[in-house]
Amino acid sequence: METLDTNNWLLTALVFAPLAGALLMALIPEKEEDAQKQWAIFTSLVTLGLGVGLLFTFDYDQAGKLQNFVDMDWIEVIGAGYTMGVDGMSLPLIALTVLVMPLVFIYSWNHIPSPGNPKAFLMLMLILETGMIGTFVAQDLILFFVFFEVVLLPMFFMIAVWGGEDRRYASLKFFLYTLFGSALMLLSFLALFFLTTDPATGEHTFNMLVLSESAGDGIVRSTQLIIFGGMFVGFGVKVPMFPFHTWLPDAHTQAPTQGSVILAAVLLKLGTYGFIRIAIPMLPEAAEAWAPWIGLLAVIGIIYGALGCLAQTDMKRLIAFSSVAHMGFVMLGISTLTDFGINAAIFGLVAHGLITGMLFFVAGSVKDRYHTLDIGRLGGMLVQAPKLGWILGFTAMASLGLPGLAGFWGEFPAILSAYNPAAGLPEETFRGYMVVAAVGTVLAAGYLLWLLQRTAMGEPSEEFANDPEITDVSTIEWIAWTPFLVLIVVLGIAPGIIFEVTDPAVVESLKGCLETGCEAARTAAEAAGG
Amino acid sequence: MNSLLATALPFVTEGPSEVSSVTNDASWFLENAWIIPLLPAVSFLLILFFGKRMPKKGAEFGIAAVGIAFVLAVLTGFSWLDHRDNFDGPLAESPSVTADDGHHDDDADHSDDVDHSDEADHSDEEALGVAVIDQDGTSSSDTVVLTVEAEGEGGGEHAYVAVQKSTQWLQSGGIEFNAGILVDGLSVMMLFVVTLISLLVHIYSTDYVSGDRRYTHYFAFLSLFTASMLFFVLSDNILQMIVGWELVGVCSFALIGHWWEEKPNSDAALKAFLTNRVGDVGLLVGMITLFFAAGGGQTFDTLAINNAINQGTVGHTALVVAAAALMAAVMSKSGQFILHTWLPDAMAGPTPVSALIHAATMVVAGIYMVARLYPVFFEGMQIGGSSINLLSTVGAITLVFAGLLAFVQTDIKKVLAYSTVSQLGYMAMALGVGAWTAAVFHLFTHAFFKANLFLGSGSVAHAVHSFDMKKSMGGMKKFMPRTYITFIIGSIALAGLPPLAGFWSKDEILVGTGGWGLFGGTGGNGAYTFHLLMGMVGAALTAAYMTRCIYLTFHGEYRGNDAHDDDHAHADDDDAHAHHGDPHESGPRILWPLYILSGFSILVGFLNLPKGLTGVPDSWQLRFEHFIEPAGASYFPAIAHGAPSWSLAIVSTAIALAGIGGAYWYYFVKVDGLAKQTGQHLTELPNGFVTTNKLARTGHKVLVEKYYLDHLYTGVIAGFTKGPLARATYWVNQNIIDGFINTTGETAVKVGRGVYDKIDQGVIEGVVNGSGKVSDATGEELRHINTGKVQNYAAILFAGAAVLAGAFIIALAL
Amino acid sequence: MLLNQFLLLAAALFCIGVYGVLVRKNAILVLMSVELILNAVNINLVAFGSLTDDVGGEVFALFTIAVAAAEVGIGLAIVLLMYRNRRSIDLSEADLMKG
Repeated sequence: METLDTNNWLLTALVFAPLAGALLMALIPEKEEDAQKQWAIFTSLVTLGLGVGLLFTFDYDQAGKLQNFVDMDWIEVIGAGYTMGVDGMSLPLIALTVLVMPLVFIYSWNHIPSPGNPKAFLMLMLILETGMIGTFVAQDLILFFVFFEVVLLPMFFMIAVWGGEDRRYASLKFFLYTLFGSALMLLSFLALFFLTTDPATGEHTFNMLVLSESAGDGIVRSTQLIIFGGMFVGFGVKVPMFPFHTWLPDAHTQAPTQGSVILAAVLLKLGTYGFIRIAIPMLPEAAEAWAPWIGLLAVIGIIYGALGCLAQTDMKRLIAFSSVAHMGFVMLGISTLTDFGINAAIFGLVAHGLITGMLFFVAGSVKDRYHTLDIGRLGGMLVQAPKLGWILGFTAMASLGLPGLAGFWGEFPAILSAYNPAAGLPEETFRGYMVVAAVGTVLAAGYLLWLLQRTAMGEPSEEFANDPEITDVSTIEWIAWTPFLVLIVVLGIAPGIIFEVTDPAVVESLKGCLETGCEAARTAAEAAGG
Repeated sequence: MNSLLATALPFVTEGPSEVSSVTNDASWFLENAWIIPLLPAVSFLLILFFGKRMPKKGAEFGIAAVGIAFVLAVLTGFSWLDHRDNFDGPLAESPSVTADDGHHDDDADHSDDVDHSDEADHSDEEALGVAVIDQDGTSSSDTVVLTVEAEGEGGGEHAYVAVQKSTQWLQSGGIEFNAGILVDGLSVMMLFVVTLISLLVHIYSTDYVSGDRRYTHYFAFLSLFTASMLFFVLSDNILQMIVGWELVGVCSFALIGHWWEEKPNSDAALKAFLTNRVGDVGLLVGMITLFFAAGGGQTFDTLAINNAINQGTVGHTALVVAAAALMAAVMSKSGQFILHTWLPDAMAGPTPVSALIHAATMVVAGIYMVARLYPVFFEGMQIGGSSINLLSTVGAITLVFAGLLAFVQTDIKKVLAYSTVSQLGYMAMALGVGAWTAAVFHLFTHAFFKANLFLGSGSVAHAVHSFDMKKSMGGMKKFMPRTYITFIIGSIALAGLPPLAGFWSKDEILVGTGGWGLFGGTGGNGAYTFHLLMGMVGAALTAAYMTRCIYLTFHGEYRGNDAHDDDHAHADDDDAHAHHGDPHESGPRILWPLYILSGFSILVGFLNLPKGLTGVPDSWQLRFEHFIEPAGASYFPAIAHGAPSWSLAIVSTAIALAGIGGAYWYYFVKVDGLAKQTGQHLTELPNGFVTTNKLARTGHKVLVEKYYLDHLYTGVIAGFTKGPLARATYWVNQNIIDGFINTTGETAVKVGRGVYDKIDQGVIEGVVNGSGKVSDATGEELRHINTGKVQNYAAILFAGAAVLAGAFIIALAL
Repeated sequence: MLLNQFLLLAAALFCIGVYGVLVRKNAILVLMSVELILNAVNINLVAFGSLTDDVGGEVFALFTIAVAAAEVGIGLAIVLLMYRNRRSIDLSEADLMKG
């Protein structure tokens, strides 16, 4: 595939700027907390600047091609390269990452969770940022894997050190779960490596471009299925898909606010991104075989996540469970294997990042004020902190997929695409999924409004009625939140901003044999050959 | 980047300059009707950001925006009248365009064809008899005028030409999503209704909710609602309809829950939203089915979909599915039995909101949607075939069942709410029997008199600070004579007595059922005798419960002073001086909207005088039908019109009068007489048949319990989902899935411990420790050499050197 | 050739020096014995240098003398400190490094 390698330093700078910032942060003395925070904000703003530079230099007319492409030798012995590039599929996710991180740092200005030590906390988050951006730009499986794993440790420490009461259990669960998935994923990568040869050099390769190009050519179908299965578990855990989701509520609930926001806004995207960047383009035939099952798990996730939400008494845990449902919509879009559905999925990712991230911010601020997230004890937030209450209401509306706000464009097109999945997939089954997913929207409205009613509406309970700590949204919070709120509206009104960018890249990634269906393509090829 | 901007700002490339040769014909107002929803939307933002700092707390933005929107809507209306009568469609002379040339068989191919959607759309439009008058190559905006052949018989008639203008909203997966406006009689009519009633409600509210806790919020949401509703009625594609549909829903949610401090209000808001969400499942499924089955997976365009269905190129099964699914949406939004239960609860909102949203506009969205997508229902439900279909039957049942419920209400707004449900049943039934114009006409007239009644009830409640007719009202006639008159006018219009508005529209519906077997049919789309009977019963019920309502509210003795057990009036409890003295008439900002609406309630019926009415010039007959109904248009099914029948009109009027008579006899004669006799405050007979007759008592109980539907929904369904089902799911999550994970983890830990104890500590540690011990012992022995004395070390050093030297010498020697 | 005599002298000096280092208890004497050993080496260097007509031998001898001077300086300082701390310069008592 053709690539554009103008500005090939840009991605390297973008990926490693936060890491450099983290290393320099080590030089700032322990005591100078303000300087540390300023430095973290500065670093993330520099990264944001580089990201904006990327947005401006990106050639939107060629969004289907990898741009700012870098391809250098890295570990020659195993044929792993330092290969990076950006196309329309990864661009929105990078933009989301570089935007969210400064806001999280700004929010940290006066919200450092106990036991303090902002230096380490901020350094971890900067390292996290490198890992996340790296995952979205890597075009080599080993590089991808490295970045994918780089994300893991900082998050583990964030939960384990700055988390809630049950942090040790949650962090360990998060770590082991993900590592388990990663192991299978790595096996799949290795299998791909050994079973594919680069036609140009005749050697095995980890280059994702080459692997997508060959699209599983020459690999026996049953082997493809197994390889895809490994990736399915690896990415599915990270998504998280039912039934691999149980690490999520614990991690979210126990993580500090910043951790939850990053988890929701960016980390959950890595797995899904893996599906659309790696699993489907590289093994289209296996994807076709697996798709109905992915779709099934997706719709189970939708209903299951929603029901899980209804059973919660803790606000943060409820929001965490809602992620399971939302990711169900995303995976449903992906499982249709249509460009329309995958576009919807990417949109859903960005929208979910903004909306659920925002919800976690609100939850964090509620916790700061009320020192509890027990839904039964809260109430009357609209009276005591009206703006906070309205923001919760607004975000809840966005989350339940109200048209005109971002959530709708992740949800509705995903449902729409299920009516007409890719050729070769069982139509009736997917139409059934469509109806179930539509029912899921009712439940989504149910738990979100119920949450809103219990926490925001009504009169404040006696316990908190005269609590002076319960104040309205602070300036720092406004600064950190406004971009989220604005983007939720802007993307809701003009969703084309994202669809325009992703569409060519998605079409490119599906060009394997999915247009006609793999069975059909193979039969045709055999007929032509024989 | 350019295209990015264009997408971000849908209207950026659009302007009057783009309006091409058709401007002479389709006037500026028709082509730029999108400004009308934009105005209240802007007002919403202004109120949101600046409202609190304004002298009138933001109300001025709302009133100004809606006022201008109303003027524009009126001008658009006049433009439409002109357009309808004078516009010669450029293709009106070339009849071949409307012919079905079967292009739709190609649709399957198009759907695969990602890159050529433009072309596909184009050919679709041609195939559908649509003239593309101006389509600039750059394609982000195009003006399309749809035309159809002239009405068959009237040679001099002008074609019914809708004006459509759209621009690309976004594009994904080769599918273009447009945003646009569709201006034809139906949408122009809705523009007028929505802006007028919204304006009156705005004015009314400045008095009614003055001093409210959230005055500014209230007006912000009124503006947002108005914008959403206008957006909905103007949409030219079904996706946009979904957007508008949901947005009005959320405004309704916010306004029902306006006083969310009290739990019943937020409960009602939640119920409204959730019930509507249930219907929305149907909406999504139905619209998606239409998109693929009739839009070829390429277009959401309403007219394209309607055209495709009219040409018979859409599979019947898909239509049945779509119609049935959309039916669910209609049932929830337009309060049809069994999903109507949210509507009476929605009365928890402020009264002007009930008038605007839950009587005149939002609740008719479902009816509007059916009217807009009529071919879907006409074909999918086989309306032309005289068979019992879902739409008409649900409508008929709603009509009667809701009417019955109105009898047992004590809250005046709930009476009106059930009345609204019942009237919506009329409309649905009319659409279901093929009487399209009658349904739309009833929608039109109902909006005025029902808004009138709601605002009137608000006026009364404003005076007595309660909605309870039995406890707080009675004898209001002498305190509020002006409100009384307007309320009477509204009630007569609602009861369908000639010559007020309700009579004409209701009569048309009855005519539309076409099944007057006794006197010879009236024609139409089939003989729906059952529905005719239900319509008649409904007429009697309506007349009777309104009589009851008027008696309890305005006649008899004022009961407000004897029971001060504040059933707290949710409307106006801001006024601390609630029950001081007798109630008094409301101020002009409340009364004038009532006068205006009363005027409309009297007059609008004459807009559609039946054909052949003696003494009326031909040019006055069926004006509404002429301007509104897209008869003969390619996007409208061929429906038949029943002939007006004197007998029907007389019988239905007589039945309504009988209803009034019965209720009058019971309340004005018996109850009132007994009350005067005993000097007590009575609202019903102490020994009426409800107390004496077991059957009646049971019936009464069923009505009071609202057919137990609320128990079913709240208690059984919602309760089960929220309670056992959710808990069970969570239990599964925690104990089965997580249990598995935890067990795995624990097993791993146990295995690890075993390995550690036996292998690690036993074998490996043995080796490792063993080597350590050996070094230890060696060291223990060797440490004695280390005396710490320099000379010992020197001695060893020299000895070593000597040995080495010796070795060296020996080596050399060898 | 006179080489043998020089070597014998050097060997004798060396042996005396080694004896002194190993046997004497007095630190000063041990230092002096070290000097003897060094000078024994110097004699060897000069002797071999003149034998092979190489000036390098003398150069190294000078080097060694310079180093020996420095060594004596440090050694005497250590002895002085030892004396200050312990009031004795008996090496047999200095066994703090005992294992």
